[in-house]
Amino acid sequence: MALMALPVPRWCPHGADSSSSPHPTPSGLSPTLAIHVYTPREVYGTVGSHVTLSCSFWSSEWISEDISITWHFQAEGSRDSISIFHYAKGQPYIDDVGSFKERMEWVGNPRRKDGSIVIHNLDYTDNGTFTCDVKNPPDIVGKSSQVTLYVLEKVPTRYGIVLGSIIGVALLLVALLVALVYLVRFCWLRRQAVLQRRLSAMEKGKLQRSAKDASKRSRQAPVLYAMLDHSRSTKATAEKKTKGAPGEPRKDKK
Amino acid sequence: MLLLLLGIIVLHVTVLVLLFVSTVVSQWLVNGGQTADLWQNCTSGTGAIFQCLTSSTNEWLQSVQAMMILSVIFSVLSLFLFFCQLFTLTKGGRFYLTGIFQILAGLCVMSGAAIFTVRHTDWHEASENTSYGFAYILAWLAFPLALASGIIYVILRKRE
Repeated sequence: MALMALPVPRWCPHGADSSSSPHPTPSGLSPTLAIHVYTPREVYGTVGSHVTLSCSFWSSEWISEDISITWHFQAEGSRDSISIFHYAKGQPYIDDVGSFKERMEWVGNPRRKDGSIVIHNLDYTDNGTFTCDVKNPPDIVGKSSQVTLYVLEKVPTRYGIVLGSIIGVALLLVALLVALVYLVRFCWLRRQAVLQRRLSAMEKGKLQRSAKDASKRSRQAPVLYAMLDHSRSTKATAEKKTKGAPGEPRKDKK
Repeated sequence: MLLLLLGIIVLHVTVLVLLFVSTVVSQWLVNGGQTADLWQNCTSGTGAIFQCLTSSTNEWLQSVQAMMILSVIFSVLSLFLFFCQLFTLTKGGRFYLTGIFQILAGLCVMSGAAIFTVRHTDWHEASENTSYGFAYILAWLAFPLALASGIIYVILRKRE
């Protein structure tokens, strides 16, 4: 697992890092009367893939129609800085004869103060410094900003990603397992309690039913006797009536 | 009874201290005036001048760091859980949770030390007089002690 030797990242006092978020470069000009251009310090790309060179700017004037954005490229080890992109009068002009022919794409929007370009199909010859220059008439005094592109075989992961992910995953797994075990135990105990209650309820029910049966039997006996008595008395009154006067009005027969 | 409790706590705290020292101190590999460890490489120049640089960002080194940190975390959690379970467990219950976390801490420190042993040549060129420092030995010592402590917790039954 041999990594190519990385150039030591320049340590910027403002804490610039190699992500593609723009970062202000220290400027010696008065902050409100100049145009400020921001690019990241370094950008890493892998061979064959694409990379976005982002460039944003701040201007004290309104964005006019005459705004111009220019990108220059100085190859590593070379002294010449060639112009590869120009945007003027609302029209982007992409390199169609140089080394970035058919590889560059304009993704910026001057209205949104963004002058970014994308380079596809990276190669080792693209190692070098890209300069973004923005002029917004009448605000033309300003410093351009540079971004160094490093094309590597494999982009190194940031320090701490492996560390953090191992610790996070391990702690999460352990927490989940403990929670699961406790949940299972809790459900099991609850089921046990429910079963226990049902069992005791059944026992109580049995006792009650047996008590009820016994009481039912003792109550039925007097009822039977009462019915027998009643039938005898009705028979007696019926006989009396047939024997007695027939013209008597029959009053509430029992 | 109290003696047993005291002995167990002393063992646990010893394991914790061993893990902590082994993680933090800069003495895993010693090479003459140079010491290298998990976090930085230090060179002692002339006299008592130390020059320290951060170690490489190799993935295996990061995994060793992660394992050592995890072992310390698990051991601390285990101690905390021991005191919790001491007061909440029913009579006759076993300190399962405490023992499991302590055993996990032991396994983590073992895997960390093992990965370091196998892969340290990735980020540190080994010369003839590179030898292992005392922090490395402490890590290997902490592993059986942590396992023993964890097993004692699992076997132990709570009494009044």
